[in-house]
Formats: sequence, C-alpha cells, structure tokens
Amino acid sequence: MSAFANHLSFELKTGIRNKNLLLMNYLFPLGFYLMMGAIMPGINPLFRDTMIPAMITFAILAATLLGLPDPLVNARETGIFRSYKINGVPAFSILFIPGLTTGMHLAVVSLIITFSAPLLFDAQIPQNGFAFFITLVALSIACSGIGILIGVISPSTRLTVLYSQVIFVPSMILGGLMLPYSMLPAVAQKIAQLMPATHAMNAFNGLAMGAAADFNPWASIIILAAGGLTAFCLALFLFSWDSKNSARRGHPLLALLVLVPFVAGILVL
Amino acid sequence: MTQPIIEVTNFRKRYGDFVAVDNITFAVSRGEIFGLLGPNGAGKTSTLETLEGLRPADSGTLRVAGIDPTREPRQLRHVIGVQLQSSGMPESMTPAEAMQFFCAYHGIAPRHDLLDRFGLSAKRKTQFHLLSTGQQRRLSLALAIAHEPQVLFLDEPTAGLDVSSRAELHTLMRELQSGGTTIMLATHDMAEAEEMADRVAIMLNGRLTAIGTPLEITATGAGMTKVSVYTKAATLLANHHTFPAVAQRTQKENYAIYFSSDIAQTVPALINYVQAQQDELIDLRVERPSLEDRFLELTNN
Repeated sequence: MSAFANHLSFELKTGIRNKNLLLMNYLFPLGFYLMMGAIMPGINPLFRDTMIPAMITFAILAATLLGLPDPLVNARETGIFRSYKINGVPAFSILFIPGLTTGMHLAVVSLIITFSAPLLFDAQIPQNGFAFFITLVALSIACSGIGILIGVISPSTRLTVLYSQVIFVPSMILGGLMLPYSMLPAVAQKIAQLMPATHAMNAFNGLAMGAAADFNPWASIIILAAGGLTAFCLALFLFSWDSKNSARRGHPLLALLVLVPFVAGILVL
Repeated sequence: MTQPIIEVTNFRKRYGDFVAVDNITFAVSRGEIFGLLGPNGAGKTSTLETLEGLRPADSGTLRVAGIDPTREPRQLRHVIGVQLQSSGMPESMTPAEAMQFFCAYHGIAPRHDLLDRFGLSAKRKTQFHLLSTGQQRRLSLALAIAHEPQVLFLDEPTAGLDVSSRAELHTLMRELQSGGTTIMLATHDMAEAEEMADRVAIMLNGRLTAIGTPLEITATGAGMTKVSVYTKAATLLANHHTFPAVAQRTQKENYAIYFSSDIAQTVPALINYVQAQQDELIDLRVERPSLEDRFLELTNN
C-alpha cells in the first residue's frame, strides 16, 4: 500500500476511533437532525422543503469547523508533526488527508439523512441529484478548507474553539438553515453572504430542490469552491510543524484572505 | 578518530536576542555512541534539532553523513532515525499501524519483526495511549531504526523507564553500535552517559565546556578521589591521624573516608598506618570522581 493510501486508511479509522471526531462526524449531526426532524415540522411545516439540505449543511459545518481544527492543533502541540517531518510525511498529506476523510464520513452522514428524512419526517426529496451532489462537494471543500486553516493558525486548542465558533454560530443563525435568506434585513443579508452556509443553501434551493434561488446559484458554487481552495492554499503556506518554533512563513492574519471570494460575491451578486 | 559522520563547525543558533548555541565545533565518528550533556537551556536540544533538520542553523556548517540537514531534508530522513522525547504518535495509532505508516513513508516494507524483537507483539493492536511508558519508548525506538539509519538520535531514551527496560535499551544500543550505527545520545542521566557513551560533550550556556571520553573528562577536573577504609579494630576511626594529599576526612558507619588529591601518596600511607597500629584491613575502596561529580563541578563554576 502506498504511503498516501496508508495515511488515508489510518485517518479514516481515526474518524471513528477518536471520540471527539466520532461525536462531530456522526453523533452530533445525526442527533441534531433527529431532534430537528421531530420538532421543526410541527412549528414550521415549510421546514420539510429544506430539511435535507439544511441538515446536511449543519452536518458539514459541525464536522469541518468544530471537528477538523482541534486534532491539527493537538498534533502540532504534542510533537506529532515533528515526528512526521523527520519521517518524511509531507505537509500536503497532513492537511489534505484529514479533509478528505472528513468528506468521506460526511458522505455517509449525507446518505443517511437523504434516505431517512423522507421516510421519517416526510421531507422533500432533492429533484436534481447531480446538482445536489455538486453543491454538497463544493460546501465540503469550502468548510474543510476553512476548518484546516483554523487548525493551522490557531495557537492553542482554547483559541481553536473561539475561531470555529466565530464562523459556526453566525452560519447557524444567518446561513439559511433555520431562517430563509429572503427574510433577513439587507445588512444581515450582506453579512450572510460571507458564510459558506448561505451559498450552500442558495445553491441547494436553486439547483437541487426546485425552489427559487436568492441569487445566482452557480455563482454560489464557484464562490464555495474558490473559498475552499484559497483556504487550503493559505493553510499550506502558513503551516508550521512545531508549536515551539515561532518561525512562520507569514502572519496568521493572512488567513483573512480566505474572505476574498466571498467579498467578491457580495460585490458582484 | 575514524572518519566523522557528524560534523558541526562554528554552529550558532539564536532565538531573538537569546543565543542558544554559541559557535560550537565538534565531530562524531562513525559507529560511536556520543553523549550530549548539559542542564536545561544549555543548547543541546537546539543542536540536536538542527542536526535532525527540524530547525535551520543561523550560521556555521552542519553535516550528517555528508548531508546538510537544512538544505537536503529529503536525503537526511533516509540516513537518520530519531527517538523523540515527546510521544510523536497519534493517540489512536496501534504499533502495527505505526510500523506500516512510517515504513510506507520511508518506502520500505513494514518491519513487524522489530515489534517482536522489542517485546511488542502482544500489543500490536493496542492504541498508543494505552501502552505503558516503556512500551511507548520501545515502539518509538523500533520505528526510529526500522529503515536502518546510519545515525540514531536518542533524546532522553530511558526517561520514565524501569530498571529492566533501561537495561534492555542499553543492550540494544550496544547491538546497534556493533552493527555500525552511530548513536547521538542526549541525556540528563550521568550514569547512563558514563556507562554507554564512548565520548561525551558537556554544553553550558550554548558553549561546549568539555569534550572527550568520560575518563578524560573526569580526569581533567579538580575532583578528589574517595578512599574508604574499614579495619577490624577501627583504629582509623578512633585516631584522627593526618595522611598525605588528603583534603577532607569523614566517616560513615564503620568506614573512615578520605578525599585525596593523590591516591599514590594516600593509600600506601593508610596501609602502613593500619599495620603499624597492629590493626587488620578488612575493606579498602577507591572511587574516582564520577562524570556526575565533574558535571556538577563544571555547572557550579
């Protein structure tokens, strides 16, 4: 087995063995989905129309923003990256493989939600499977990139939680998961466009669920993909092998460049 | 000295205004066990980490098997093995997975035989965080030598090990040495350095203050040799007689203890005195200053 395949296989198993990752990849998203499925349709019957994309978006946000960064910070702090460097594990694999395996776990969770929600909660089935898949992949790329970037720039596990919540909480409130984008005030709509969840819900609605998009849904796909790739490139550039070694190639504030595709979206859309 | 495999020339390393390593020069021969000693902050970790390619040198030349650790990291990883002081392993990784993982990155087949040799065969599928400290250390060492490196860096290899694990590790180090592996050993354990190292270097405040065999280093100090004498009638304890070259006298249980700057004068005089007193010598022990004594002397200065 090649080194890459070996590494991938190990990280895939870690997503199940590690209790925190198991919680963020599976238990928290699926538990939240079951709870929302049981409560929300009674309060707002229209929730059934967006239930599948909203719960999948939530799962991706939880697994990537809350689950991905912490193991990276821990590995740097405990000297695992030093050991990897000595043994020739490339930085690309260290950053890319956890993102890829998180995407694989999310594919399983997405399948569970997509197939069970219509049966359990009478949720609307996606009308365009291909567009649904493309949007899911674009959102995974964007959120994995941002999650990895947070793990790279965060100096400690305490700050990791803070950085993650700065994106996670507004995404939950403004991202169109609970409240439609069209109901937000104009200023809040602009702020919402800085978040991957908003673009994902816009693309899911406009391309896959047969509903009206609030703005160009293909532009949302491009913004998500560009944001994810920008985040991953920034993470590679800012990556540090060692928490004791203060030498970095760039200032952590460079990470804010990840907002460029989203800001461009606000200006153009 | 045979052909050097590690060469450090005028090496300097700074962190901001703090000079961690100040212009040191030394070489390590192929097949040698070389001990790097010093108190915390002396610069030994900076030296080791620069040789391992983890940090760049600010100035000077470093070569490991002819390779520049900073400029040629890819080549370096094939010739060095490192047992880090910290775990360096994901918590959920099992020994079998770790062997497969690191060997794959070295481009070699997994060396599961080393897990058997290091007594880890029963723990192949146990996650790293569930292994004992000794098992973690042995795994770390097995991984470090899996690709048969020319130079092995050991950072506090016996810290946290019990007596038998420590002895096993020392036996293994000797085996590796006899196979031609050069070992660079950073340790706080002076007895270990004295027992294992062919040569040692003592670092203080970023500089090399002593380098040589343990015998050479202890011989250059001002340390006194301890002479302990036990006689049947205890005449030495009763009479506080003075002997040549003795700087200090004390007693412990039935032994009269003398600290001598020249045992060639002190020991014959002691024996003559005991005979003259019609007493009988039961035990006489001469202990030269240890590496620890010399280390403390240097650090206190």
